[in-house]
Amino acid sequence: MSTSLRNNAAVAVALAAAVLLLTAIALALYWAPNDADQGFSQRIFYIHVPVALTAYACFGWGAWKALRLLWTREARYDLESYTAVHMGVIFGVLTLVTGSIWARISWGVWWSWSERQLVLFLILFLFYSAYFMLRYSTDPGPRRARMSAVYALFGVVLIPISFLAIRLAENFIHPVVFTRDGPQMAGSMFFVFCMSLAGTLALAAALYLNELAGKRLDERLRELREALA
Amino acid sequence: MTTAEKYVTAAYLVVLAVILLYVVIYAFKIGRLEREVSELAERAANRDGGAPPRRSSMLRS
Repeated sequence: MSTSLRNNAAVAVALAAAVLLLTAIALALYWAPNDADQGFSQRIFYIHVPVALTAYACFGWGAWKALRLLWTREARYDLESYTAVHMGVIFGVLTLVTGSIWARISWGVWWSWSERQLVLFLILFLFYSAYFMLRYSTDPGPRRARMSAVYALFGVVLIPISFLAIRLAENFIHPVVFTRDGPQMAGSMFFVFCMSLAGTLALAAALYLNELAGKRLDERLRELREALA
Repeated sequence: MTTAEKYVTAAYLVVLAVILLYVVIYAFKIGRLEREVSELAERAANRDGGAPPRRSSMLRS
């Protein structure tokens, strides 16, 4: 893909993200009905769950790019995998912070170690945070790219475990909204949730494209600097 | 404002603040990249002994 086409795609995705997210936030705060059980505080759901799913998507995307790197040995996948993991960690921070705020208002605590879903997400987050330590403890090159790719692939195993943990738990207080019978919420609530999910996914895509462009530019500048040295 | 409203507002503001922080960090990064491009252009011009290349031609890929 040419640079101008990539730039146009990044601008279009960023605009879509802005429109979708602003609409979703307005609908979540002013239009969606109050939850019968949790009342107004349930509205955190419209930002917390999409952000968490986006974090999973980013880690999954990073693992896919890592697999492509190991399969094809093409160096560009290293930067793409790294950028996706970077985005996943940002959305992971947001998931933990918004989840903590929701826990405080709903359960009266900022964190509960007895909740497998929370602890597994924290493990997933810490695992991918350690990715950067591994990456920067090795010299750049094919060896670092392969090591980072293998690490990113290992992490993806934690995603389904983290996602299914809540269903495997025997005693839990974390709400289950999506069951085998479909989403357990009103149609209007589900609509706002989908809008918010589309917005956060578009935001992640826009950040990913911009970050990737910046990292590629950084690399090209380093090559130029070496050529001119 | 009720307690629930305060917590919901805080959750949405945290997301907004992190996005804004990212944009600010990215703006610093763009500034650094621009400085490096200028420095390299100057170095290239000094090496060739001619005028620095025009900005538009430098940015074309």
